[in-house]
Amino acid sequence: MEDSLLIDAVERFVKGEMSPEEKTYFEEIRKNNPELDQAVVEHIFFINELEKFNATRNFTHAVQETEAKLIQEGFIAKKFKGKAKVVHLWNRYKRTIGVAASIAGIVSLFIASLISAIHTDKNPNIVSLVGKLDNQEKKIDKQALETAELKSKVAQITAVSPVIPKTRVESNFRATGFLIDASNNFIVTNAHVVKEAKNKLIVENNKGEQFIAKAVYVNVLYDLAILKVTDNDFKKLSPFPYTIRKTNAELGEQFFMLGYPKQEIVYGEGYISAKNGYRMDTVFCQLSTSANVGNSGSPIINKKGEILGIINSMESNAEGVVFAIKSVNIYRAVEELKKLEGYEDIKITSSGSIKGLDRESQIRKVEDYVFMIKGN
Amino acid sequence: MNISDEKALLEGLAREDRSIIERIYRENYNMIQGLVLNNSGSSDDAADIFQEIMIVLFEKSRLESFELSCQLKTFIYSIGRRLWLKRLQSNQRLYKTVESTEDIVSVEEDIEVHEKRQSEFLIMESAMGKIGEPCKSLLEAYYIQKKQMLQIAADFGYTNADNAKTQKYKCLVRLKKLFFAQYKNV
Repeated sequence: MEDSLLIDAVERFVKGEMSPEEKTYFEEIRKNNPELDQAVVEHIFFINELEKFNATRNFTHAVQETEAKLIQEGFIAKKFKGKAKVVHLWNRYKRTIGVAASIAGIVSLFIASLISAIHTDKNPNIVSLVGKLDNQEKKIDKQALETAELKSKVAQITAVSPVIPKTRVESNFRATGFLIDASNNFIVTNAHVVKEAKNKLIVENNKGEQFIAKAVYVNVLYDLAILKVTDNDFKKLSPFPYTIRKTNAELGEQFFMLGYPKQEIVYGEGYISAKNGYRMDTVFCQLSTSANVGNSGSPIINKKGEILGIINSMESNAEGVVFAIKSVNIYRAVEELKKLEGYEDIKITSSGSIKGLDRESQIRKVEDYVFMIKGN
Repeated sequence: MNISDEKALLEGLAREDRSIIERIYRENYNMIQGLVLNNSGSSDDAADIFQEIMIVLFEKSRLESFELSCQLKTFIYSIGRRLWLKRLQSNQRLYKTVESTEDIVSVEEDIEVHEKRQSEFLIMESAMGKIGEPCKSLLEAYYIQKKQMLQIAADFGYTNADNAKTQKYKCLVRLKKLFFAQYKNV
C-alpha cells in the first residue's frame, strides 16, 4: 500500500468513516500485518500529540491574557522601581536632556528634519530619523496617492451607494507611530516628528488609508508626542496585542521593530547595547540595530511582546548605534496627558496576546497597530 | 470549598474557561508570590512560576483519570514550591531550602508528567516552527480546526481537494519526521 493511501485509510479508520465491510477488512489486515498496525498506532499517537500541543498553546494564551488583565488592574505586581527615586533622577537629568535636545544632537529618525539637523547641528554626529521626502520619494508618495485616489474612484463607480472619495494629503515627511489606546485612538510618536507638521498631520495604515490626526501632547524633553486620530472614518481597532514595559530593558535583550523607512512597513531586529542613551542620558537606551530615516517613532518589541522603547535617533558616524526612548516614559506621558481637560479617559488598553507566538504571527498581529505619520 | 467544587473548577480549566483561570489567580496568586519572594525570587519570577502551575493544573485536568487527593490550594502550593526549588537549583543561585509556610503534599509524579509534557510541547513547537508555511496552516486547518478538505482546498487556493490532500500528506510526513527525530532522543 502506498504511504499516502495508508495514512488516508488510517485516518478514515480512526474517524470511523469506513463502511462496515471496509472496517472488517482493514482490521483483518491490521491483525496480520504488524507494519500496518505500527502505522496505525503511530498515527493515532502523533495526532494526539498535535492536539495536546494545540490545547496547551491555547490555554497558555488564555493564562497570559488573564495575567495581563490582572497586571493592569494592579492585582499582580510586576517589579517597578521606587517612584520617588525615578522622579528625582528625572529632575536631575532634565538640564542635560534639555541641552542635548537643544543641540538637537542625535540624528532623529524621521525624514524631514534630517537636512536641517545636519546643517545646523553643533554635534553633527547624531541624526534624527524623520524622513524628509526627497524628490524621488515624493514621486513615489504621489504615485501611491494617485493609485489610492483611482482605487477609491473605481470603488465609487462600482459601489451601490456613492462613496465620497477622500482627498489624500501630500506629505513632505514620513515617520512611524503606534497605537497606545485602542478605545480612544491615541497614537504615540516622537516630538520631533510632530514639529514637522506645520499644516496637516495624518496617520496612514498599512493598507494606505489616511486619517487626520492632531497632536494633543508634545514633550521635547523626552521627545514624545501623543496624537489623537480625529478622523471619523478611522475604524476602532481591538485592544492591541503588545504590552508596554514599565521597567528598563535588560542589557543584551533582543528585540524586533516595525517601521516605515519606506512606503511600506519594514521589519528589523537588534539588541539593547547600553542602558542609557547619548551622553548617559537616562531617558534613552542604546540599541545595536540598523535604523533608517523614517524609523523615528518605531516600537521595539521583545519576544514576549513587550514594547521596550521608541526609536528616535542614531549616531551618524558609528554604524548601528541607534537610540530609543525607554518605554516607561510612555506611561509618564499618558499620566501627564490625563491631567489635561478632555483627555482624562486615555488608557493603555492591551490584550497582551502575542506572548508565546512565533515571530511571523507576532508581526502579523502587530503590524495593524503601527502607522505611518505624515503631513506637511 | 469542598473537593467536588474543586473538581468542577478543574473541569472549567480543561475548557479554558477564563473566568475560572482568573478565579484561581485571585485565590492563590498572593500565596505563590509570597513563597517566591521569600525565597530569593522576584515578582517576575512569581508570575512565571504561577503560569507554569496553571499549565500543570490544565494538563492534569485533561487526564481522564484526574483526581485531586488534597485541597486545590495545597496542591498549587506544593507544585509551586517544587517548581521554584527546581528553578533555583538549575540557576545555581545561592539558596537555603525553600521553607514551607503551608501544608505540602508529594507532587513528584505530577512534576514528572509535567516535564515530559513540556518537552513534548517544545519538540512539537520547534517542529512546527521548522516546517514553515503553508504547511503549518494547512495541518492546523485539517487536524486542529477539523476543516473539510474541500474547504481547505478553497482557502489555500488548491485546484481541488485531492491536490490539497497530497500537499497535506507531504507536510504531515515532514512534521512527523522532524518531531520523531527529536522525540526519540528524549
